[in-house]
Amino acid sequence: MAKATTTKRRVSPKLKRDEALKFYRDMLLIRRFEERAGQLYGMGHIAGFCHLYIGQEAVVTGMQACLKDGDQTITGYRDHGHMLACDMDPKGVMAELTGRSDGYSRGKGGSMHMFSREKNFFGGHGIVGAQVPLGTGLAFANKYKNNGNVSVAYFGDGASNQGQVYEAFNMASLWDLPIVYVIENNQYAMGTSVQRHASETELYKRGISFEIEGEDVDGMDVYAVKKAGEKAVKYARSGKGPYILEMKTYRYRGHSMSDPAKYRKREEVDDVRSHHDPIDGLKGQIIEQGIATEADLKAIDKELRARVKDAADFSLQSPEPDASELWTDVLLPVEA
Amino acid sequence: MAVDILMPALSPTMEEGTLAKWLKAEGDTIGAGDVIAEIETDKATMEVEAVDEGVLAKILVAEGTEGVKVNAVIAVMAEEGEDAGSVEANPVPASPANAGASETKSPVPVVGDSGMRPLVSRDNRPLTNPEIPDGTTFTDTVLRDALRDAMAEEMRRDEAVFIMGEEVAEYQGAYKVTRELLQEFGDRRVVDTPITEHGFAGLGVGAAFGGLKPIVEFMTFNFAMQAIDHIINSAAKTLYMSGGQMGCPIVFRGPNGAASRVGAQHSQDYAAWYANVPGLKVVAPYDAADAKALLKAAIRDPNPVIFLEHELLYGNSFPVPDLDDYVLPIGKAAVKRAGTDVTLVAYSRMVGFALEAAEELASQGISAEVVDLRSIRPLDLDTVVESVKKTNRIVTCEEGWRHMGVGAEIAAGVTEFAFDYLDAPPMRVTQKDVPLPYAGNLEAMSLPGPADIVEAAKAVCEGM
Repeated sequence: MAKATTTKRRVSPKLKRDEALKFYRDMLLIRRFEERAGQLYGMGHIAGFCHLYIGQEAVVTGMQACLKDGDQTITGYRDHGHMLACDMDPKGVMAELTGRSDGYSRGKGGSMHMFSREKNFFGGHGIVGAQVPLGTGLAFANKYKNNGNVSVAYFGDGASNQGQVYEAFNMASLWDLPIVYVIENNQYAMGTSVQRHASETELYKRGISFEIEGEDVDGMDVYAVKKAGEKAVKYARSGKGPYILEMKTYRYRGHSMSDPAKYRKREEVDDVRSHHDPIDGLKGQIIEQGIATEADLKAIDKELRARVKDAADFSLQSPEPDASELWTDVLLPVEA
Repeated sequence: MAVDILMPALSPTMEEGTLAKWLKAEGDTIGAGDVIAEIETDKATMEVEAVDEGVLAKILVAEGTEGVKVNAVIAVMAEEGEDAGSVEANPVPASPANAGASETKSPVPVVGDSGMRPLVSRDNRPLTNPEIPDGTTFTDTVLRDALRDAMAEEMRRDEAVFIMGEEVAEYQGAYKVTRELLQEFGDRRVVDTPITEHGFAGLGVGAAFGGLKPIVEFMTFNFAMQAIDHIINSAAKTLYMSGGQMGCPIVFRGPNGAASRVGAQHSQDYAAWYANVPGLKVVAPYDAADAKALLKAAIRDPNPVIFLEHELLYGNSFPVPDLDDYVLPIGKAAVKRAGTDVTLVAYSRMVGFALEAAEELASQGISAEVVDLRSIRPLDLDTVVESVKKTNRIVTCEEGWRHMGVGAEIAAGVTEFAFDYLDAPPMRVTQKDVPLPYAGNLEAMSLPGPADIVEAAKAVCEGM
C-alpha cells in the first residue's frame, strides 16, 4: 500500500509532456466521474450496489497505456474506472448506472455488469474472482487464434483468495497463456484488511507455486505502474506465459456506497489522500517540471467537470428502457 | 480345490467384454498379482491380475472371444499340490451384479433389412419421421460414437470449435466419447485440462467471449456443481446483462443422472436445475440419432447449451441415419410411439423405460403414446399438450427427484393448457426423494423403471 512503498519522493526522469498531460487528464476524468456517480447515488438516481474507484486511478490508467489494439480488459465490479480507461463514453457508462436505455447494457446490467465489444472491454463481473478464469479464457482464445493479443484481468486483494483464481493461474502457466493478472491490492476486502484475510500478504508471491513471475508495484504512481505494466505485457505477448502485478493502492471511499467504513481510521485515509494521492503526485511533477501551470491544470479540471456533468445530465435525460426490452437478449437467434 | 477365474467387471456399467489376449498358457505357474489376460470393453483395454497363486489348469474362453459376460468362468486354476490336468470348472450362476441396470437395447424394431427405422404405432403401422427423408438408410451406432461423430463433424466444419475437459485427449475420454479426436485434430483443439472444473468452465466461457466455440466436457455433471457459477452467472446471464453484446456459444456436455452403484454424489439428474435458468438451453436426448443431430445443433447454437448424456446409454446401439449433415432443431419433442389411451412423457434413459412400459401396457390392452422431450429448455409443451388432447391422460417419467422436477413443470403445463381434456390428474414417476443409495437393492428401489411407469399408467387409466 501507499504507506509501505511510496514514502520516497517521486523523482522521476523528465516526463514527456503529452503523456504526462494525458495521464493527468485520464486519472482526473475517473475521479470526477466517480465523485459525480457518488452524488447521483446519494440523490437516488443510481441504485443497487455502486463501488467507486477513487484513489486507485493510477492503476488502470498506467496499465491501459501498455496495451495495443485488440488487447482485452476484464475486471470485477469496481469497474467504472476501467471502462473510462478503455475509452468508453462517460455518457454511456453513466446512463447504465442510472439504468437508462442509452447505457452500455441498455440499462439491463447496471454498475457491475457493463461491456463494450467495440472497446474490447469484457466486463464488469459481479461474482468476486470470476473475471480471472474468464480473462484466462480470453487469453486462451488469443493463443488459439495466434493473434498476438494479450488480455489483462484485474482483481482485488479480496478476490485473490478465491480458489478459481488459482485454478486459472495453473492453466495459464501450464499453457503459457498471454495474460497479465493485475491484483489491485487496495488493502481491504470489503471491510477485512489484507492482514486479516491473507496468510501471505505479499500477493505478488501468490503465483510462485505455479511458476508465475510476479512483482509488487507502487499503484499510486502512474509511471511506476506503466513501467511494470510494459514489462509484464511484453513478457505475456512474447509467449512466455502469464505475469502477476500486485498494485499497492488504496480506495478512499467505502467498499460500496453503503459502507460506513468503520474498519479503518479516518486518519489513515487522510494520510494517503494528503501524501500519496496519484493525481496530486502527478500534478506536482507536472508543475515542477514546467510542463503546465497550475492554471493550465485547473482549466483541464474545469473541462472534465463539464464533461462529467454532461454525462450526468445525459444519464438522467435518457429514457428508461422500453418495456419490450424485458424480453430481449435472453438468447441469440439460431441461424437457419 | 480348483479356483475359477471369472470375467471381471472393469467399470460400474460393464456387462460384457472381449477376452483380447491370454498372457499365460495352460500349465504356467501364476503368482498373485501376475497379469494373466487382457480384457477389452467398448471403453478400454484392461489387464486382469491373478488374485490367487497356483497353476493355470484350463483356459475355457479362447483369446479373441467377444461378448464374454461378466462373471463367466474364463479359466480354472489348480492350487498348489492339485493335479492341474484333472480340475473341472465349477458351474457359476448368472451374476446379479447389474440387475438394476437392465437396458432396452433396441426398443424400436428395425423392420426388414432395409435399414429403415420407422416409428411404430400400436398396430405396427410405420409412422413417417418428417426429419428424415424417405429412403434414407441407417447404420447401427453406439451412442458414444454418435456423440464423437457429431463433435468430429463440427470440428471439421468450424475451426473455432474445440473440446476441453478432463481426460478428453490422451486418455481418449473417461467414457471414450472423445475417442480418436486427439489423433485427428491435435492437442491445440483437443485439450486435456487439470481437474479444475470451476476454472476450466470459466476459462471456456472466456474463450467463447473471445470468439471460440468451446465444447466443455464434464466427466460427469455431478462435478459441474463446482462450475455452476460460471455456467449460470457467466455463461447464461452475460448476454442479457450486456444488452446483447456478449454472446456465449458454448456447449457443456457429459453424463448426467444415475450410473450404476456409484452412490449419491455421482448419481444426480440435473435437468431440472439447469432448465430453471433463462439464458441456457438444456438438451437430454435418448437415442443415438437424436444425440448426434442435437449435439451438432448445440455446437452451432450461439447460446450456452447444457447437453445431458447418460452413462448407461453410452454403449447402446441405435440406428443413425446415413446423412452427411443431420441436424435437429433444439426444442422439439418427438413422438417415439403412437398411442391413444395415455401419454408417457420422458427424456434421456427414461424414454427407453417408457417404450418398454408401453409394450407391456399394450399387452394389457392399454395404448400408450411415448413423447421423448429431447429438450428440457426450451420445453416443447405443444407436442405434449397435443398428445394429451388425444389420450386425456399423462404420466411424466424422469430420473430426477420429484420435488420441483421436470414432471412438476409438465403437469402444470398440461393443467394450464389442456385442463378440459384431462380425464385424470397427471402422475409423476421419479426417483425416490432420497440421495441415491449405494446398496444394490436400495438403489433399484430408488430409481424409477418400466414397472413404475406401467403402474402409474394403469392408475391414470383406471375406470377408462
